[in-house]
Amino acid sequence: MRDIIIIGSGPAGFTAAIYAARAQLKPLLIASSVEIGGELMNTTEVENFPGFPEGIMGPELMTKLQEQAERFGTEVVYDDVVELELDGPVKRVKLGNGDEHEASAIIYATGSAYRKLGLPEEEVLSGHGLSWCATCDGFFFRQKTIAVVGGGDSAMEEATFLTRFADKVYVIHRRDTLKASKIMQQRAFDNEKIEFIWNAEVARLLGETAVTGVTLRDTVTGEERDLELDGLFVAIGNDPRTHLVHGKLDLTSEGTIAVDGRTSKTNIPGVFAAGDVIDPHYRQAVTAAGSGTVAALDAEHYLAALPKSPEAGTDSSVAEAEFAAVN
Amino acid sequence: MTARAVTEATFDQEVLNNEKAVLVDFWAEWCGPCRAVSPILDQIATEHADKLDIVKLNVDENPGLAMKYQITAIPAFKVFEKGEVVKTVIGAKPKPALEADLAAYIS
Repeated sequence: MRDIIIIGSGPAGFTAAIYAARAQLKPLLIASSVEIGGELMNTTEVENFPGFPEGIMGPELMTKLQEQAERFGTEVVYDDVVELELDGPVKRVKLGNGDEHEASAIIYATGSAYRKLGLPEEEVLSGHGLSWCATCDGFFFRQKTIAVVGGGDSAMEEATFLTRFADKVYVIHRRDTLKASKIMQQRAFDNEKIEFIWNAEVARLLGETAVTGVTLRDTVTGEERDLELDGLFVAIGNDPRTHLVHGKLDLTSEGTIAVDGRTSKTNIPGVFAAGDVIDPHYRQAVTAAGSGTVAALDAEHYLAALPKSPEAGTDSSVAEAEFAAVN
Repeated sequence: MTARAVTEATFDQEVLNNEKAVLVDFWAEWCGPCRAVSPILDQIATEHADKLDIVKLNVDENPGLAMKYQITAIPAFKVFEKGEVVKTVIGAKPKPALEADLAAYIS
């Protein structure tokens, strides 16, 4: 049995791994099979991570975080968690390939997933003009007319990035002000290829086999109109990825995992959560990294208080009493 | 086994005239999910070499074929039988999900 398993490979997971590895806890990090590195893998330049005055590409930052975690002894597994057993002093993690791992502590840092529009046409048109990854798919929209839905930093970044390829990029936003940081807003406002459509939401996607446009609904007047498009990129936010812990861990009214105050402690002793999965507000690479640090330190503290011998370690009441004593 | 690359020059021979079913992985260097799913395709290729041939097509270097097959999102996987597209799967997926999508061609 291991001391600690970290689930998730974004800035929270790898930072937790750096700290846990330096505490000589030999962490096992479950990185997922196809989303290794998390959300930053699909971004371009990251300009707000401290220590990189020239900016750094998202994938490069994640590669460096992984190297740093591995340098101190983190073991990385490229598979998906399919089942979790969190109660009691021995936590069990079952992977897609059938392997099972056990640990005394778990750090859950699975981040968040792109929010969908929630339209019935979405499934069929996904990948046929409807995209969630500007860096992947922008290339296919050279000299085309496209739109980005959303008003946050991701939407501004995608719209600006997509002007490298497209002739025209609309930004469709349901309000008349943006949530994005001022610098990202200004960059979009200054870009001649970008046109904002305010107070509008996508009511329908048009096209049978590929996106040919959208029906927009004015969020103030309710009026509808069609807009011809070759492609639509969706950046309307993210939802915390909690499906594996439903019914196991307490959630907040915002759907994130509930933690105790500024700590990473969930309602189950030995289970800690970090990053976007506990954060409905800030959701930055650097806040996730900070949150990963907190989780690693909380876990280290918890492990230090556990009884030393393996026999004693299987007695849940002892472990939990110790946990209560140190917290 | 690493899936071999095909190009516009070899596509007819390797894909359209292949006697086996062939999965073409439309990918590009800049696409993170494409790189992530690549080792999974290599595993499937190794485990089902008798039934399904798996090849990779770089869309950046072969834009004509990407356009011909109306690729607008990658990674995109198209299974060809006797020169015709019989199955399209879009997006990087875990191995069990991809195997389920491809069940008709690998089991």
